[in-house]
Amino acid sequence: MTAAAPVVTLREVSRLYPSGTQALDRLSLSVDPGEFLTLLGPSGCGKTTLLRLIAGLLEPSGGSVEWSPGAGSRRLGFVFQEPTLMPWARVDDNIRLPLMLAGVSPAESAARVREATVQVGLEGFERAYPRELSGGMKMRVSIARALVTRPQILLMDEPFAALDEITRFRLENDLSALARRQRLTVLFVTHSVFESVYLGSRVVVLAPRPGRVSAEFRVEAAAPRDETFRTSSVYLEACRQVSALLVRAMEAR
Amino acid sequence: MAAPARGNRVLAPALVGVAFLAAWEAAVRVENIPPYILPGPILVARTVVADWGTLFPSLLVTLAITGAAFLVAAVLGLVLAVAFTQSAYVERAFFPYAVILQVTPIVAIAPLIILWVKWIPLALLICAWLVAFFPVLSNTVLGLVSTDKNLVDLFRLYGATRWQVFRYLRLPAALPYFFGGLKISGGLALIGAVVAEFVAGTGGAQSGLAFRILEAGYTLQIPRMFAALFLISAAGVLIFALLTGLSRLLLYRWHESEIDAGA
Repeated sequence: MTAAAPVVTLREVSRLYPSGTQALDRLSLSVDPGEFLTLLGPSGCGKTTLLRLIAGLLEPSGGSVEWSPGAGSRRLGFVFQEPTLMPWARVDDNIRLPLMLAGVSPAESAARVREATVQVGLEGFERAYPRELSGGMKMRVSIARALVTRPQILLMDEPFAALDEITRFRLENDLSALARRQRLTVLFVTHSVFESVYLGSRVVVLAPRPGRVSAEFRVEAAAPRDETFRTSSVYLEACRQVSALLVRAMEAR
Repeated sequence: MAAPARGNRVLAPALVGVAFLAAWEAAVRVENIPPYILPGPILVARTVVADWGTLFPSLLVTLAITGAAFLVAAVLGLVLAVAFTQSAYVERAFFPYAVILQVTPIVAIAPLIILWVKWIPLALLICAWLVAFFPVLSNTVLGLVSTDKNLVDLFRLYGATRWQVFRYLRLPAALPYFFGGLKISGGLALIGAVVAEFVAGTGGAQSGLAFRILEAGYTLQIPRMFAALFLISAAGVLIFALLTGLSRLLLYRWHESEIDAGA
């Protein structure tokens, strides 16, 4: 597999709802290995539908979702808008879930769970129940659970939208550093211009009703990024340009 | 309003109880009501002690029927709930009949059951079960179908089999609902057993507390009637307390309904 081959490619993907509403219209997109791609769009642009198509939770009505050849069984990590944890299971058991379902041996999964726990900074909380954790900590558990399978691609559906800003900033910093360190391939859906620019090496702007790609923007700044990046002129200028692209996407009918 | 202190939770109902018993005893004494019309609480308590030799074996008989009916209700309620949620077909076909069984008054069908089933304890058990099983069934069905949709998606995403989704997701998620059903069924099993005993009116060694009440009524031993009644209520309270304790023990770590109580 060459470095240039995309992890996943969407070709002219359409999706109709049974009601006849068109969620996506001939959308093409590819995600390169190691890139942090953010998908920015207003509500109703089919962002969630797109992630669910890639995850195989939905089938496209037209077009195709193609995975890089030779990847074997595809491994996905999925992080929902809500932490979506099992309230009766402790933190480590929640993280272990994908391995448990796949029948990975206890010794192997124990090592992987420990690794994922450290990656998201949850050491010391392994035996806690979800209800004992704050919203940000629950989201960390959710991210660790997605990482534990060592996914080829991490799909994230507005994971930080429900968090307060300070917690969100901290999680964004940690996610950015983690993605760089582990060379993760991430497809991150958001409706925040700031978040899309802060995290993304590439921002894809979607237009709504039906969802389609409207514009693309490369964020020319080294990752990982930290608090100094938030106040840098590069960041602010990128936000301004992406905002303009978003406005244009929403005007286009 | 501030939450009542923990002491008040025990103290307040205890005060009401003591005041009620005192007023009852006082009314009986002041009005000089004869014990065959209304015995005072002190006489009832004395009768419980004096007639313990007769009442206690009867209590055990009633509790045995109640316990057996409750266990069958719990197991069958759970099994039927699982069957109902596996196939919409099965649910649509059978649920109306479960409702019919539930809404038909047990007093009305108990004579038929006693007529058909020759072995009286089994007839009583069937009556008690009929009253008790529906809450377990309907609650557990509700629990099994209200699993978090995102968690179901997550399980699918990670290639979970149907069995894994059931065993590791739907079943634990339904547990609080199942216990909610059990708490209602425990009391209903006792009521069903007592009602069926009334209808059956059996005598001899296998008589439950309901028969003792009937017997005491015929022979105008009203204090003993009250003593038997007291034991039935006490048994009901005990069953409820046991089931509440069990539910708390199993759920307090994670389920909202038990968190405050368990803390």
